[in-house]
Amino acid sequence: MTKPLLTVKDLTMRFGGLVAVDHFSFEAQSGHITAIIGPNGAGKTTAFNCITGFYKPSGGSVTLHHPSRGNFSLEAMEDHKISRIAKVARTFQNIRLFGGMTVLENLMISQHNELMRASMFSIAGIFGLPSYRRAEKEAIEKSMAWLERIGIADKADEAAAALPYGQQRKLEIVRALCTDPVLLCLDEPAAGLNPKESDDLGVFLREIRDKDHVGILLIEHDMSVVMEISDHIVVLDYGRKISDGTPTHVRNDAAVIKAYLGVDE
Amino acid sequence: MTQSHNDRSQDFGQALPGIIKRSLFTVAIAAIIFVPTLLLRTQASQATNTLFILYRWEFFAIGCAFILLWRVIYEIRAWQNAHGPRKVSARPQAQENRFAPYVGPVLLIAAILMPFMPFTDRYILDIGILIITYVMLGWGLQIVVGLAGLLDLGYVAFYAVGAYSYALLAEHFGFGFWICLPLAGVFAATWGVILGFPVLRLRGDYLAIVTLAFGEIIRVVLLNWRDFTGGSNGLSNIPRPSFFGIPFSQGPDGFAATFGLEFSSLQRMGFLYFLILALALLTFYISSRLRKLPMGRAWEALREDEIACRSLGLNTINTKLSAFAIGAMFGGFAGSFFAAKQAFISPESFNFMESATILAIVVLGGMSSQLGVVFSSIAMVGGIEALRQLQFLKAIFGNDFDPSSLRLLFFGLAMVIVMLWRPRGFVSSRVPTVFFREKKSVGSSMISQGRG
Repeated sequence: MTKPLLTVKDLTMRFGGLVAVDHFSFEAQSGHITAIIGPNGAGKTTAFNCITGFYKPSGGSVTLHHPSRGNFSLEAMEDHKISRIAKVARTFQNIRLFGGMTVLENLMISQHNELMRASMFSIAGIFGLPSYRRAEKEAIEKSMAWLERIGIADKADEAAAALPYGQQRKLEIVRALCTDPVLLCLDEPAAGLNPKESDDLGVFLREIRDKDHVGILLIEHDMSVVMEISDHIVVLDYGRKISDGTPTHVRNDAAVIKAYLGVDE
Repeated sequence: MTQSHNDRSQDFGQALPGIIKRSLFTVAIAAIIFVPTLLLRTQASQATNTLFILYRWEFFAIGCAFILLWRVIYEIRAWQNAHGPRKVSARPQAQENRFAPYVGPVLLIAAILMPFMPFTDRYILDIGILIITYVMLGWGLQIVVGLAGLLDLGYVAFYAVGAYSYALLAEHFGFGFWICLPLAGVFAATWGVILGFPVLRLRGDYLAIVTLAFGEIIRVVLLNWRDFTGGSNGLSNIPRPSFFGIPFSQGPDGFAATFGLEFSSLQRMGFLYFLILALALLTFYISSRLRKLPMGRAWEALREDEIACRSLGLNTINTKLSAFAIGAMFGGFAGSFFAAKQAFISPESFNFMESATILAIVVLGGMSSQLGVVFSSIAMVGGIEALRQLQFLKAIFGNDFDPSSLRLLFFGLAMVIVMLWRPRGFVSSRVPTVFFREKKSVGSSMISQGRG
């Protein structure tokens, strides 16, 4: 087995007396779709926030093994550096697009750091130097290529908030992908989608995994999506890992069935 | 068609008695309130040394008529909303105005030609300078409030820093205006960063209160540090800017003699006018360029959603500090111009009212429209001046009536009406910074107002 992309070890997050995530360990392989599932309040999103730097974990370690940049201890990094340097991108359970900005602008924001360098921190930009204009053109082309792939290239100049819900979900994923991540963390990407849209999403995520070689970590409640696309499933309940393995393994695990459905007394 | 029209007029006929009844009831209540407030007035008689009551029926009648009018309009509007054709409330795309692209250039040409007009005198030139100063300050504050969504109630502090920088540098080191101008910008930007650091974690109301306090601290320091700033006496004899080394004086080396013109004090005013116009255009150029650059886009993204910004690798600390610093820099430029124009500054010029005025200009104009700021500056500064010309009201209300005392009342009323009419300012839509095929404005209902 190759070196895992993400190693989470004994991750613990306490809010006062409440232990939301309790010694949670798992690995996510590159080129795999890893799903974290569990009943409501199991600590999935908290674990996600620890991995992406939005929370500082109370204990444990989160290590990203970047194929070319080396290892990063994510638990000690600031959130924006996790995205910029370690190349871990994320989306949110409740969509967080820049609603008043156009679809294209949303994707330009995720290329902010490259463009900022190209504009020499605005100096080259103010004088309109060709080097910056070229960089901007490339960024627009890259954005448009992603929009083509999710089929909303014709809406590039619309306000993001004006898109239908399903397209907003996709746009948020594409916006995260524009940062060129090695690991993409998706928090309930299929929430609120109809069955057709969920199927499309599954196809798209597998395409990202296979063609763009981005590792995917996702939280999902929609079991049809999870079972269909995941290579590896981790089950959380009350902040503890209760099962870990292939979809078939998890589906037949007594502990998982108990957590989801309860058991007869 | 006629059928439905008849139905509607029949409906209105049925609604009419109710409308009349409610309107009269409202007027009756208003009349009760107006008896002690408008109708009766006690006056001391000098001759007999007693109090007697004046009945001011005309005020009473105007008040009641006004209330009646308002209620009837309100009732008709309410009836229309209930029965009339449905109006679409949320417009995703802002309506494009055919004339919109020409408004800016026309205003600019008007601003350039204004000093050469035959009707232009010292007073008009002075107001022009004042309006353009506020336009410039509005553009500076717009970066912080409109783009980055950080509510700053202490913007006047940077204006003060700029003004005192020029005054003190000129006094102690003998620097001229053209050296002090960039230095004042640098000092103000530094203070912007100094203010920015402690408020990085604050949002919304809390941010507003701290910036308000910051503005007051600067003013109080200027007031009390007598040895350095002159305290409440201020600083006087600030050197006036020269025309690239040629002073506006009457002597043989002066501007008029050099260019073979007749000496006139208006020449300096005209020069100051073009100076502030140039500074404002510089502000416009830089801020509109920045808005289209990654830095400006990051400011707007920060206003829309700070958490999403961090998830995309934006350093929100740098983004906020750059907004504070650049906004403050323009405040500093304007401040040093103010000191040069007045030749005298004191802390009185930098009170909270100034911050409030500049903020009102930005809010009234529209948070992300530079043209809107121009309109609102003209309306606010020019409007207050225009309300000085209310002497004709004396013809209606008699010679005892003092219209200037009602100036700010009228002004406040006008602002309330404007904000009801256009809740998101004169120009509320947003022009995208980059586009693929077509530049479509984003309607105000989509745009986040920023939570600090």
